[in-house]
Amino acid sequence: MVDKEEVIRIVDKHQNGLGHLISILEGIQIRYGYLPEEALRIVAEKTKTSVVEIFGVATFYRFFRLKPIGKYLVSVCLGTACHIRSSPQIIEEFERQLNIKAGETTADMEFSLEPVNCLGSCALGPMVVVNGHYFSNVTPSRVKQIIKKTREGLDKVDVDQDERIFPVEVSCPHCNHSLMDSKQLIDKHPSIKLTASFGEKHGWIRLSSLYGSPHMESEFEITSDSVVNFFCPHCNAPFIKAGNCPECDAPMVPMIVYGGGIVQICSRRGCRQHMLDLSSVNL
Amino acid sequence: MVNLYINSVRVSMEEGSTLLEAARFMGFPIPTLCHMEGLSPYGACRLCVVEIGEGTRAKLVSSCTYPVEEGLKVRTASERVMKARRMVIELLLASCPQSKQIQDLASSFGVRQQRFKQEHEDCILCGLCVRMCKEQMMAGAIGFQNRGEKRVINTPFNAKSEVCRLCGGCMYVCPACQLRCTYTQPDKAICGGCANLEPPCLEKEKFDDMMCYMSPCVACEIKKD
Repeated sequence: MVDKEEVIRIVDKHQNGLGHLISILEGIQIRYGYLPEEALRIVAEKTKTSVVEIFGVATFYRFFRLKPIGKYLVSVCLGTACHIRSSPQIIEEFERQLNIKAGETTADMEFSLEPVNCLGSCALGPMVVVNGHYFSNVTPSRVKQIIKKTREGLDKVDVDQDERIFPVEVSCPHCNHSLMDSKQLIDKHPSIKLTASFGEKHGWIRLSSLYGSPHMESEFEITSDSVVNFFCPHCNAPFIKAGNCPECDAPMVPMIVYGGGIVQICSRRGCRQHMLDLSSVNL
Repeated sequence: MVNLYINSVRVSMEEGSTLLEAARFMGFPIPTLCHMEGLSPYGACRLCVVEIGEGTRAKLVSSCTYPVEEGLKVRTASERVMKARRMVIELLLASCPQSKQIQDLASSFGVRQQRFKQEHEDCILCGLCVRMCKEQMMAGAIGFQNRGEKRVINTPFNAKSEVCRLCGGCMYVCPACQLRCTYTQPDKAICGGCANLEPPCLEKEKFDDMMCYMSPCVACEIKKD
C-alpha cells in the first residue's frame, strides 16, 4: 500500500534529513492521511536513525496520526469554555450515535471522532467542527442533525435557513421595468423572467432570484456551455454587455437591483459566475 | 582550566565538565538517579539540584547538566537545595514506592512521610534505559512515546523490536525495577523479576521458568519475616 519510492521522494525533498523530520512526517501524512508503519520504517532507514526516534516524534505531536481516519473528522471542543457549557455530553452523544469511542473511527471509515482542547471560538461554544465546517452552540440534541447533515453533504446549502442566502429584486437596465415574476416561484421565491435567445431559438427563461442560486427554468433546453443573449420581456431591448466573465470570458449581463446596485450574471449556460456591485449605492 | 567555588572550596576543573563532576571530585555527595557515567547527562530526575549564584539571583540548577563557569559559587547542600531534594524524593516515592533505590534515598534524606497518592508506576521516566540502549548497546530499541501524563517508554509500534538483542542492559540500569519486588500487584509481595522484563522484552513466555535474577530476593526476605 505504501509506495517506497514515493516516501523516499518525500524524504529527499528535505535536505537536512533528521533536522526536517517534522516536515517529512507532515508530507507523509498529507499523502496518506496518516503515518503508516512501513513509511516510518523507510524514513528511519533513509535518515539513518532508529525507528524508535521517529516513532517518538510521531507520537509526541497530536497532529500526527498512526491510524487512518475516516472521511469526516469530527472535532469536539473540550476547552474550558465549551466544557462548562456541557461539551462532555456532546462528545458522549457522538460516541453513542456513531457507536465509537472518542479518538476512534467507525468501521465503515466514514466518521472519526476526536476531542480537541480549544478551537479558539470560545464565545460560540460548545463548538463542533466537521472537516472545516463549524457548528456553534451545539447541544446534545443537535448531534443527530449534525451527523445527518454531514452524511448529506456539508456544502449543500439550506435555502430556508442559511443566512448567506438572500433574494434580490431586479429590473431591466433599459426600461427599469421590474423583471420579477411572483406567479412562478423558483427556490420558493419569485423568479426573474427574461427572454432568451441562442441560435434559432427564442423563448422565456426564469432564473432563481436567490443570490448565488444556479436554479433556472426555460422554455426550451439550453445546451451546456452555450452563450445566451438576454432580452427584456417588456421593452424587448437586448441586455447590454457589462464586461466579460472572469471565469469563461462570456459577456456578463447586468440587471438593476431594487434599492440600488447592479447584479451581473454570466451569460454562458453552466457558468456560475455572478457578482453584486453596490459601488454606486450611497450608503 | 576553570576556577569555581563549591561550598566555599576553590576547585579547578577542565572546561566543559559539569558541576556534578566537580562536586564529586571534591568529595561532596550529590544523589542522582538518572545520571550514569558513560551516558549523556539528561537532567530528568532533578535529584542533583544545587544552588548557584548569590542573594536574590541564587537559583537551583541540575548539576549533571550545568557546565562549570569561572568564579561560580555553588552550594551543594544548602537549606533550599535539601528542601527541593526532599520534595523530589517524596514525589518519586509516590510514583514508584516499590523501588529499593528510591526507598534507600528516602531513608538517607530523612523522608519519612509520603503525602502524595501512591501510583505504583513501574517507571519514573528517567531515560536511563533509553540512553543505555542507544549509547552503550548501540541498539536504539526502546524510546519515549507520547507526551505529558501519557509518556511511556516502549518499543516502536509497541511490538517486539528487531534491533533488541535481549541484552538486559535496560533492566540493569533501571532504578525502578532494580530490586523491585512486587510482581504486578503492588500489594502482593512476590518476586517480580519476570514481570519486570516488560517493556523491552515482550515475549514473556520465553522466560517462564526463569529464576529470580535479584539477589537476595526482597520478597523472599519479606516472606521470611
